[in-house]
Amino acid sequence: MEIAIISGKGGTGKSSISAAFATLSGQPVVLADCDVDAANLHILFAPTHEEDQVYIAGQTAVIDYSICTHCGICMDYCQFDAIHSMDGKITISETSCDGCHLCARVCPHGAITMVDNDKSRMYSGAFRNGRMVYGRLAPGEENSGKLVNMVRDKAKAIAKDYNLENIIIDGPPGIGCAVISSITGTNHVVVVTEPTLSGLHDLKRALEIVEKFSLKAWVIINKYDLNDDMSRQIEQHCHDRGIPLAGKLPFNPSVVEAMVNLKSIIEWQPQSEFSRQIGAIWNTITQSK
Amino acid sequence: MISIKPMRIAIASGKGGTGKTLVATSLFYALQRERIEATLVDCDAEEPNVMSFFQGQLEKSAEVMQRVPVIDENKCTYCGKCHEYCNYKAIFILTPMKVIKVMEDLCHGCGACTVACEYGAIVEKDVSLGQVNQYAVSGNSKIIESRMNVGVYSPVRVIKAAINESNDRRVVIMDSPPGTSCPFIQTVARADFVILVTEPTPFGLSDLKQSVETLKTMGKSCGVIINRAGLGNDAIYGYLHDQGIPLLLEIPFDREIASTYSKGKIVAAEKRHLQTLLLSVFNIIVKKYGNSHHQR
Repeated sequence: MEIAIISGKGGTGKSSISAAFATLSGQPVVLADCDVDAANLHILFAPTHEEDQVYIAGQTAVIDYSICTHCGICMDYCQFDAIHSMDGKITISETSCDGCHLCARVCPHGAITMVDNDKSRMYSGAFRNGRMVYGRLAPGEENSGKLVNMVRDKAKAIAKDYNLENIIIDGPPGIGCAVISSITGTNHVVVVTEPTLSGLHDLKRALEIVEKFSLKAWVIINKYDLNDDMSRQIEQHCHDRGIPLAGKLPFNPSVVEAMVNLKSIIEWQPQSEFSRQIGAIWNTITQSK
Repeated sequence: MISIKPMRIAIASGKGGTGKTLVATSLFYALQRERIEATLVDCDAEEPNVMSFFQGQLEKSAEVMQRVPVIDENKCTYCGKCHEYCNYKAIFILTPMKVIKVMEDLCHGCGACTVACEYGAIVEKDVSLGQVNQYAVSGNSKIIESRMNVGVYSPVRVIKAAINESNDRRVVIMDSPPGTSCPFIQTVARADFVILVTEPTPFGLSDLKQSVETLKTMGKSCGVIINRAGLGNDAIYGYLHDQGIPLLLEIPFDREIASTYSKGKIVAAEKRHLQTLLLSVFNIIVKKYGNSHHQR
């Protein structure tokens, strides 16, 4: 079973909850950190480094100035405003180039080549409650959705090899391509929100994307007691939309304490009421029909 | 109206939910109170939130479009050249079966297929990626919101379009999307100075390091605001010291701040003290970095 944890808004506690789900006792899992832009769970779990793989995030156009005549034809074709002429010299902006290859194709002198963006990586290994896969997108690189797919494929292969039933996917914030790639085809999508106006606003957009792909959605309201009124509004919204509430968790400074000690809250305070609640939420989700 | 040097500040963070929007809305509010004509650009096109904190009059709303190919099957010879030119695998073709299909979601609108086609079988149509909404708020201040449509893959074009609407404005605050990938780069590329908002936790520090490294390669100056100070540990202070990165401000962890923000209220409007602190941060930044090199 694949369970994706996403949030729309950042900082709602998505990764802390993923970490907790990944360390419930008696059930080893495959943990896939698909927040490839800001992968964090390896900090808590220090997985062994067994395998890494280069991920080609796309390409960037580069001019060979020994050939370029600065004719500017490439500039006319670029749809990304990446090619500029300054004092008669043509330059390509690395940050704006989308890697479409068109400039290289139209250059009459063959002065432009495409270079692979090959700084991103995918890693996998063992952690203390199973196996872990995570991706790291190099700064400024694009197509994080494809790296997410690669991480998920690897996680599925590992689940099969090691005979592990559950894959926990820690997704990225937002609703863009990396989120779509993190949730498509999963059995459950858990949207973690917080009782703020921004939280509610972002939750609505996150649920829209889950519904667009006809996936099974759940909502967790984290830190619900920071604003009871807003929590009620969120509950009402879920009710009206027919989305089940998997549970509500109170604000708990021990979650940060656990993180500082490089533990999940389940590992840090296994006997606490809070940890019991997380276990109950997990059961609600995984035992549903 | 106080005249001030042109200045573009991006408020960013690697990790989400550290308080970027809290800082951006509070700083913008503080500038308004000082009668400094400012523009706040909400560059978080995936989850734009800024307008839920302000009242404003919608002045202008424009769709951000992208061109995608439409294939005229009467003219198409199924030669496959467009498929070969497409670097995004957005054109599916089965030559022997005479099947060709454009996957609009994968198309980046580069126009390569149109150039490739020798039979004039490809025309282009516009599809909407999102909107750029401009609001007039008090005085001559303005909010420009980028809003990507749900289901669109990349917010970059929408963000760029929103930032371009602020080109002629003197004081611009940009609320950046989280992360360090393209949407972040597109935002900070247009800034004179970047304020990184973080929290003193291992996740916060890890993501801060990645943001700092990215900004370094881009040659951008930055400073840090630590939000929820007191929660977590103090590893971050050692890091800032070692890197020589200025600590601009600490906002203590305070349930009252969390509660104010949760109701969609501007924290600086309730906490006057924060206004004063943010203004002095702003003045220091303007004095040192204000000249807007990057204004195109």
